[in-house]
Amino acid sequence: MEDLLEIGGKKIKSRLFLGTGKFSDYTLMKKALEVSETEIITVALRRVDLESKQDNILDYIPKKCTVMVNTSGARDADEAVRIARLAKMSGAGLWVKIEVIRDNKYLLPDNLETLKATEILAKEGFVVLPYMSPDISIARKMVECGAAAVMPLGSPIGSNRGLKTKELISIMIEEIKAPIIVDAGLGRPSDACACMELGCAAVLVNTAVAISKDPINMAKAFSEGVIAGRRAYLCKITQGFNAASPSSPLTGFLREEK
Amino acid sequence: MNIKINGKIQVVDKNINLLELIKSLGLSSCRVVTEYNLRIVPTEEREKTFLKENDSLEIISFVGGG
Repeated sequence: MEDLLEIGGKKIKSRLFLGTGKFSDYTLMKKALEVSETEIITVALRRVDLESKQDNILDYIPKKCTVMVNTSGARDADEAVRIARLAKMSGAGLWVKIEVIRDNKYLLPDNLETLKATEILAKEGFVVLPYMSPDISIARKMVECGAAAVMPLGSPIGSNRGLKTKELISIMIEEIKAPIIVDAGLGRPSDACACMELGCAAVLVNTAVAISKDPINMAKAFSEGVIAGRRAYLCKITQGFNAASPSSPLTGFLREEK
Repeated sequence: MNIKINGKIQVVDKNINLLELIKSLGLSSCRVVTEYNLRIVPTEEREKTFLKENDSLEIISFVGGG
């Protein structure tokens, strides 16, 4: 049976979601998205720069991808809702990653404002994926309010520091009845793999791919990390033992028994 | 007349509608989202939306983001 992730009525094969920020050019980004086989990508909304015209990023998104607009730049729930509604009007669809941040140093999300925006937008029919600091009570409320998945951070955005919130994420996976997607901070394919081994439904990666020397191969490496981790999770990873346990038979040695 | 476009005061022709303004800025109408005095203006309403002195307009599009 095919292992598919279902979110917002969509069946998703690739559990690697990719962000589109920080790529040095759109053609390179497009190739990275293609080789990763990702199906969910994020974009942001910004004022058009009237002085320097840029290509439209949507022309570089593979056709099979669902575009999830983030509300980056929002400092409270109202601003996040405003951005989501603008995104909807643009015809980008109804998938929205809620991101509400007031902390400029660590870019840690404001969970309460994010919860408020989740409630409003879910009622309006959006497929809402809130980016949040791992907190089980807030995550529960987000799901009750209609969040399609919950996206706790692994470490600060763009930090490439990996899965620093492992214990909390592990509890969330156990307790929250919605897909848990680790978003932010994953720096290496092994970080993505570790998230999947733990039982995350997916991961969202951007910086580690976009700023690597070879984003195309790094996208592929992350994709392979996610596949390996997910496969291992489905095989039920055996817990560790204190003592050794020989893998080879303890009989038939090429020596005389004493 | 003066209107504020993306936070900056700009001088535009009187009696210009939103669709004409977008075109005059060299933008493709179907590629941008417009918010006029904090109200989202759907694409089909742009032609009948006439701008007035001191109005505020946001012209927005998608960029890379995580």
